[in-house]
Amino acid sequence: MDMKAGKKLGTRERYALMTRDLEWRTTYQPMDKVFPCMSYEGIKIHDWNDWEDPFRLTMDVYWKYQAEKEKKLYAIIDAFNQNNGHLGVTDARYINTLKLFIQSIPPLEQMAARGFTNVSRQMAGGGARIACLLQAVDEIRHFQTQIHSISNYNKYYNGLHGFVGQQSRLWYLSERKSFFDDAITAGPFEFMVAIGFAFEYVLTNLVFVPYVSGAAYNGDMAAMAFGFSAQSDEARHMTLGLECIKFMLEQDPDNVPIVQRWIDKWTWRGARVLGGIGMMMDYMLPKRIMSFKEAWEIYFEENGGALFNDLARYGIRPPKCYAQTVAEKEHISHQAWLGFYQKSQAMSAHAWLPTPEEMDWLSSKYPNTFDKYYRPRFELFREMARSGEPFDNHTLSMNCQVCQATIHYTEPDDPTTLCLRETDHQGEKYHFCSDHCREIFEYEPEKYVQAWIPTHQALQGNCFEPGVDPSAPDFDAKAALFDYWGIRDGRDNGDFEGSEDQRNFSAWRKLATQN
Amino acid sequence: MAVRALGDYEFPPRDALGNFKGRQLLYVFWEKHLLFSRPMALALDPALRFSDVLAQHVVPAYRRHPDFPRIDWSQVRWIRSGAPWTPDPDKSLADNGLRHKDLIRMVTPGLDGLDGLGG
Amino acid sequence: MSKIFVVLQKGDESRGIVEAIVDDNTAAELEEHPALYRVTAPGRMVIRRASIEDHLGRPFDLHELQLYLVSLSGHVDESDEEFVLSWNA
Repeated sequence: MDMKAGKKLGTRERYALMTRDLEWRTTYQPMDKVFPCMSYEGIKIHDWNDWEDPFRLTMDVYWKYQAEKEKKLYAIIDAFNQNNGHLGVTDARYINTLKLFIQSIPPLEQMAARGFTNVSRQMAGGGARIACLLQAVDEIRHFQTQIHSISNYNKYYNGLHGFVGQQSRLWYLSERKSFFDDAITAGPFEFMVAIGFAFEYVLTNLVFVPYVSGAAYNGDMAAMAFGFSAQSDEARHMTLGLECIKFMLEQDPDNVPIVQRWIDKWTWRGARVLGGIGMMMDYMLPKRIMSFKEAWEIYFEENGGALFNDLARYGIRPPKCYAQTVAEKEHISHQAWLGFYQKSQAMSAHAWLPTPEEMDWLSSKYPNTFDKYYRPRFELFREMARSGEPFDNHTLSMNCQVCQATIHYTEPDDPTTLCLRETDHQGEKYHFCSDHCREIFEYEPEKYVQAWIPTHQALQGNCFEPGVDPSAPDFDAKAALFDYWGIRDGRDNGDFEGSEDQRNFSAWRKLATQN
Repeated sequence: MAVRALGDYEFPPRDALGNFKGRQLLYVFWEKHLLFSRPMALALDPALRFSDVLAQHVVPAYRRHPDFPRIDWSQVRWIRSGAPWTPDPDKSLADNGLRHKDLIRMVTPGLDGLDGLGG
Repeated sequence: MSKIFVVLQKGDESRGIVEAIVDDNTAAELEEHPALYRVTAPGRMVIRRASIEDHLGRPFDLHELQLYLVSLSGHVDESDEEFVLSWNA
C-alpha cells in the first residue's frame, strides 16, 4: 500500500494543532460563567483568536529543554558544593547579598507561581492559558533552584536559615511582599500587566542582570548558575508580558486608559522594590559590575524608552513616574544603604561601611551626588565606629501605606528634604513615600487600608510567637521580637566587622591553603 | 467602593486607633537631618506630656548628630500636615490636638544637617 | 531607531550563535560582560537557524536558544528558520 506522507508541519501549525485549536466554546454553561473574571476589570476582549502565541512551546519541547537546564544546573551546584565553592567568593561580605536574595526572591517566585496558576485558569483564551501555565511551572522551578543553590551557604554562614517565614514578618521585606500581595489580589488582566509586563519586561533586567553578573564577578558560581538557569525562562516571560499588553491594547481602544493606569502604578511599585537592588549593586558587591545609575540608564531609560516608543502607536505614554525615577537614580542606592547600615542590629544580614577605595568608586560613578550629600554621612558613621560607639538607630521605622518601603527617600527635586505625603480616608490618616503611592491609594483605598504594616503590627503587640505572654514578669520584648523574626542576636545581625561570618570565612580560607 | 471586585470589598482599617491598646501612633522626623534616614514611629499614651515625648524619645534618638548640641530649643518650630503647629510642652498629646497617626516634623532654623545639606 | 538586544550566557555554543547573529545583521554590535554576551542592533535583529548551524557545525533547532537566552528586547516572531526581534518605532 502506498502511504503518502504529508508535508512536515512548521512550528506555528504544530503548536496550534496541539494547543489552542483543541479548545472550544462551552455550551453546557455560558463562557462568562466558566471564565467569570474576564470583564469585571473593564477590559474588553472581542476575539481571543488574535492572541499571538509567544514562544510556541509544546510540552515535549518544554520538558526537553527544561530538563537540560536542570541537569546542567544541578551538576554545577554539586561541583560547587564539592569544591567548597563558597570560599571562592571575593570576600564574605558578598554572602550578605544572598541573604537578602533568599529573604526576598524565592517567596516572590512562589507567589508568582500561584498568580500564574490562577491566571492560567481564568483567561478565556487557550493560548494565554497555556503560556501562563508554563510560566507558573517555571516560577516553581525558580524558587526551588534558588533555594537549592543557596542552601550550601546556609551550612557555613548566618542569616540564611529563617527565610521561610521572614517575608511575612520582617520590617525591611514588606515592600517585596506587598508588591506581590497587591498583584495576586488584582484581577487577571491587572496581574498580567503588573507581573507579566511591568515586572518581567520592564524591570526584571534590573534584578537579574546585576545579581547574575554580580555573582559571576564575585566568584559565586552557584548563584550565577541558578541565575542563568532562571533567566533563560525569563526571556519567555518577557515575551508573554509584552504580547499580553499588545493584545489588550489592540482589542479595544477602551482598554488603553485602563492599561495606562496599570502601567503607571506597576512601574512605580517595581521602581520602589528596585531600591534594594541599587543598594546591593553599589554597596554590597565587593567587586562591582556597574553602578545602579548605569544599570537604570541601560535597562530602564534606554530599553524602556524603546518599548514605550513602540507602544506609542496605541496611545500609551511612558509611565508617570519616569521623570522621578531618573531624578532619583543618583540618590536612592545611597539613601537605602545608609538606612540599612544604621539598622543592621534588626536585620537577618550584616551591613558595613564602605572602604575609602569603595567611596572613591562611588564618587567616580556619582559625580553629582556622592561627595556632596552622602560621603559626609559615611565619614561621620566611620568616626562614630572608630570611637567605639557605632551609630545604631533603635527607633522603629515608618512605612509607606502602599509600597510598604520604609520612608527614606527624598523629594525628587530636593535631596535635602524627606519626601512625605498624607491623606485622610474615612476618618483615618495614611502616609506615603511619594505622590505616586498616594495616587495609587486614592484610586483604590479599600485595598490598602487593610495592609499589614510591620512597624504598626509590632506596636499593636502582635509580633510575638503564639503562647508568648507580654504581661509575664520575665517578658523580654526584644528577645521575643527577635524570636518572631527568626533573628539570632549576635550571629545573624549587626556589623560585618567582628561577625562570626567574617571570622569563619577568614579561618576557613587559611585552612584551604595551608596544612 | 472604588476597587473593582466581584463581590463586596469592605475591610476595616488594620491600624485603627482601637488596635493599639489605649495608645496612639505618632511619627516624628527632624527636618534636614537625613542621617537618621526615616521618621520614627511611636505608640504613646495620649496623656503623655509633650515635653516627655521630647525627653523620652526625641532627644535620645537625635542626640548623636553634630547639630544636636547647637539646637536652640526656644527657636524650634514644628510642622504638622504641612502647616505650622505650636505645641504646649506642658500639655498632653491629646490636649495638644495630636490625633492618631499624626506626623510632626521638627525644624531647627539654621541647622540644616551636615554641611547644611540635609544629612 | 530603537535598540534591539539579546543577552546570552557565555559558552562555546553561544559563541557560535553570537557570531551568526553578527554575520547576519550588518549593524549589530557585540558587547562582552562578565559571563554574558550582549548583541545590539537598531530596530530589527534576525537570528537564523542555518547560520547558527554553519557556525556550530551541527544541527540546531531554534528552540535550543532557550538554553542560552538571558534577556531580550523587542517583539518576538519565531518560525522554524528564523527568530526575529523588532520594534515598530
